[in-house]
Amino acid sequence: MRVLCLYRPQKPETNAPPSQEEMGAMGKLIGDMQKAGVLLAAEGCLPTSKGVRVRVDGGKYSTTDGPFPETKELIAGFCMMQVKNMAEAVEWTKRFLAVVGEGESEVRLLHDAPAA
Amino acid sequence: MTRDETRNAAKAEAENAVRAVWSIESARLIAGLARRTRDLDLAEELAQDALVAALEQWPESGVPDKPGAWLMTAAKNRGVNQLRRRRLLERKHAELGHELDSRADERREALDLDAALDDSVGDDLLRLVFIACHPLLSTEARVALTLRLLGGLSTPEIARAFLQPEPTIAQRIVRAKRTLAEANVSFEVPRREELAERLASVLEVIYLIFNEGYAATSGQDSMRPALCEDALRLGRVLAELVPEEPEVLALVALMELHASRSPARISASGEPILLLEQNRARWDQILIRRGLAALERAEKLGGARGRYALQAAISACHARAHTANQTDWAQIARIYAELERIAPSPVVALNRAMAVAMAQGPAAGLALVDALSSEPTLENYHLLPSARADLLAKLGRFDEARIEFERAANLTRNARDRAALLARAAECGVSKRPNASPGYEGAAPSKPG
Repeated sequence: MRVLCLYRPQKPETNAPPSQEEMGAMGKLIGDMQKAGVLLAAEGCLPTSKGVRVRVDGGKYSTTDGPFPETKELIAGFCMMQVKNMAEAVEWTKRFLAVVGEGESEVRLLHDAPAA
Repeated sequence: MTRDETRNAAKAEAENAVRAVWSIESARLIAGLARRTRDLDLAEELAQDALVAALEQWPESGVPDKPGAWLMTAAKNRGVNQLRRRRLLERKHAELGHELDSRADERREALDLDAALDDSVGDDLLRLVFIACHPLLSTEARVALTLRLLGGLSTPEIARAFLQPEPTIAQRIVRAKRTLAEANVSFEVPRREELAERLASVLEVIYLIFNEGYAATSGQDSMRPALCEDALRLGRVLAELVPEEPEVLALVALMELHASRSPARISASGEPILLLEQNRARWDQILIRRGLAALERAEKLGGARGRYALQAAISACHARAHTANQTDWAQIARIYAELERIAPSPVVALNRAMAVAMAQGPAAGLALVDALSSEPTLENYHLLPSARADLLAKLGRFDEARIEFERAANLTRNARDRAALLARAAECGVSKRPNASPGYEGAAPSKPG
């Protein structure tokens, strides 16, 4: 089964790039996930100042440039995994949170091929 | 929540964590123990013991910080206890004048408590891969052992996946382990001169598991996605263990590319959908990108002419075509011709014939297919008459096409495939109107839709 994990850090976003140490820890985790054959894709987001929100409401489109008004719990990255069960996804997510720090990851099961 | 409920919730959470950690760590755990004990049976038993210990203790103690290391320590402690018991037993035996079993000595050394925890885990895993796929074992035994030891599947899970009775699989695993023990096979990674051959044996097993899931040969479902996922995972793990081996990357590429089509190849009602009729918007773009990237790496490592690389290259031609009409059939026919040269097989020849039919027209394809009709190995192969039927229908020869579709239906063991073939036979018989199907089946083991 495949899952999508969306990470929302608790602390407000900053423009500072991650430290060497953080990069190292993340690199090791990503290596572990690759070695275990679970990682399909993972990316980190730039600050919302470089993002845009697009909305449709009653058929009318509107766009809002970043930074987004919320100060925290903004999506900061995602990963997609192929795991054996939800428990495994939760375990990897814990290991991920241990590296990135306080916050929340939403783990969502993705549609898979029909049958079985 | 009452106290009981709280306790039950904590217990359920801990059990989930154990299950998850087992999914992640079991192969490495067994691999590490196998190196220390030089005994697969014992390694597996100790790993299972550690799992039981975790199930008993984690609900009370909470999940440890390093669950993998915890399991390894628990397993090793159990191993040491076992060894003590065995030594006592041996002492008694010695008193009775029995000779010490030299293998026990070997084990004692290997089970050294102080063996460093941070040994290269990758090497352990690779050793276990080569042991599980040892050429001494039958293919079925290799498959069962690989899924059990490296895929972390239980015997009932393997039995269910292969639609076999549980005792059959259990027996197969016991016998395989006995065969390896009796032959006293080396627990080392094969030396360079035999590496290619041993690796081929591993790749064969992984691809067989994938195909069993992808083109389920029997039973009600046309696909068993869990097996595909197990095979993909094994392949990805192996590619990390031996990153410079082009054929490993090529097999991963092939599986990623095939798996990318899973969402599109079965209809909502469970009917198989032919490659050219699939809704390509449903192909998984992430898997396609991964597959193309792995193929590119394999080619850069000089592996473009390997048999998996060629098959992956064919699959890549399909993946790159945004619509069925854009498929580069001439290129596919060329790659099949090359594949036929390095790995000649009637199935490959049949696929090449179908590619030629797409590139040059049904008559050219039919000539090649007809040349295969006397091939004894294809006598019971349903894709031969179904391919022939397709081309005949395209040429407007509906009576002959109907007979061939029916012949194909009688040969397939898959209930859904049979229904689909009979439906096409009926189309030819009743309306005699040109079949709308583009025809290229491409569901042969070497090139599933």
